[in-house]
Amino acid sequence: MADVHLPPTLPPLFAGLPRRLDVDAATVGEAIGDLEQRWPGLLDRLCEPGPKLRTHINVYVDQKRADLDTPLELRSRVDVVAAISGG
Amino acid sequence: MLVIGTRKGCFLMESDGERREWTTRGPFCEGWPVYHAIHDAESDTIYAAAASEWHGSAVWRSPDRGESWSLSSEGLSYGEDGPRLSKVSVVAAAHGRVLVGAETAGIFESKDGAETWSLLTRLEGQPGRGDWDVPENQPPGHLGLPAIIPDPVDASRLFAIVQGVGAFETTDDGATWTPRNRGLRADWPREHEELGFCVHRLEISPADRTRFYQQNHVGMHRSDDEGVTWTEITKGLPSEFGFAAAAHPHDRDSFYVIPLDPGHGRVMPDGHASVWRTSDAGSTWRRLDQGLPKRDAYVGVLRGALAIDHLDVPGLYFGTSTGQVFASNDEGESWSEIASYLPGISSVEVAVTD
Repeated sequence: MADVHLPPTLPPLFAGLPRRLDVDAATVGEAIGDLEQRWPGLLDRLCEPGPKLRTHINVYVDQKRADLDTPLELRSRVDVVAAISGG
Repeated sequence: MLVIGTRKGCFLMESDGERREWTTRGPFCEGWPVYHAIHDAESDTIYAAAASEWHGSAVWRSPDRGESWSLSSEGLSYGEDGPRLSKVSVVAAAHGRVLVGAETAGIFESKDGAETWSLLTRLEGQPGRGDWDVPENQPPGHLGLPAIIPDPVDASRLFAIVQGVGAFETTDDGATWTPRNRGLRADWPREHEELGFCVHRLEISPADRTRFYQQNHVGMHRSDDEGVTWTEITKGLPSEFGFAAAAHPHDRDSFYVIPLDPGHGRVMPDGHASVWRTSDAGSTWRRLDQGLPKRDAYVGVLRGALAIDHLDVPGLYFGTSTGQVFASNDEGESWSEIASYLPGISSVEVAVTD
């Protein structure tokens, strides 16, 4: 199970969505797909059509920059980060 | 009730019929930039067109006047091979459906209360249509399709504005569109006779729906034939430029505008906050500034940020791009500042509710 950490801007948009949860998936894309099944609409908040990660959404797997195709290990930590910007 | 779209969410302001004392609730929509928000009287639902820099575009809805909110963007996309949808700029509700305009230009419809969306039209077939989607033609702040005006009787008839292109009418629910820009001024080269105009705001008189007004990038204009031909009525105003405009609900000859400095400043001329009214269809204009700051008020008012209610003595409301809301309960004769510190305001709409 990957240990997935979500940005604080995401849980307020979906009832019951926690900041941190375990997901059984082989890639980052599959992990997001799993979350989409449980919280419909979540994919659209993280990805543009394609799908591809939105411009200001960054994903790190075990501290390294990742994309949707990045594979996940059994105990990978996945950080989904909304880029720090704006004012 | 005022429904206010801001750079940091949606706000609601409420008052009684006197429209003197106001209370504010919000921010709603998790602080997303809200480009336009409305109250749909038919469903008693608030809809807000929003676009987060991080999480994309969606339409928020509240079925209980702000108590609870949810959002959806299902179907709100041009697809993997289509142009990028950067934002939803405007929302309208009529005849049991919700419509949104987007950038890049297109209209989506929802028949299930903004749960799911489908593309209604991209105004294909217009001369030079392909150029509309070129990123170079979408400068900062570009809204794409920032106005949808449904006909109150005929559900298949709509007017729409495409930014920098002009106004259009459809009578077959978006299958075909006719440009409605004849007689407008444009101070720049144009490749097509009836396109290339910069229509900021189009208003149809509720008192006579053949009478149209518009604030254009260059000049104020009036039409007496439902937008087929236009006549300029700028003379007497301090600037030909502005965004916001409102038609009087009971008098076809009365119309309000907020002129701004042209160029890139786009604030009140000379720092003198004013709304201007014509009561003779544009022959003469009168400054309305009682209660508004007369100096050092370098504030802007965007295209959706002036609203008028339909009470016997109409009230007017405008919001500034620096977060003030001014209200008048006497047709604009006198004003008071009813909010001072909201985020920058994109839109103000008014609803008279029970």
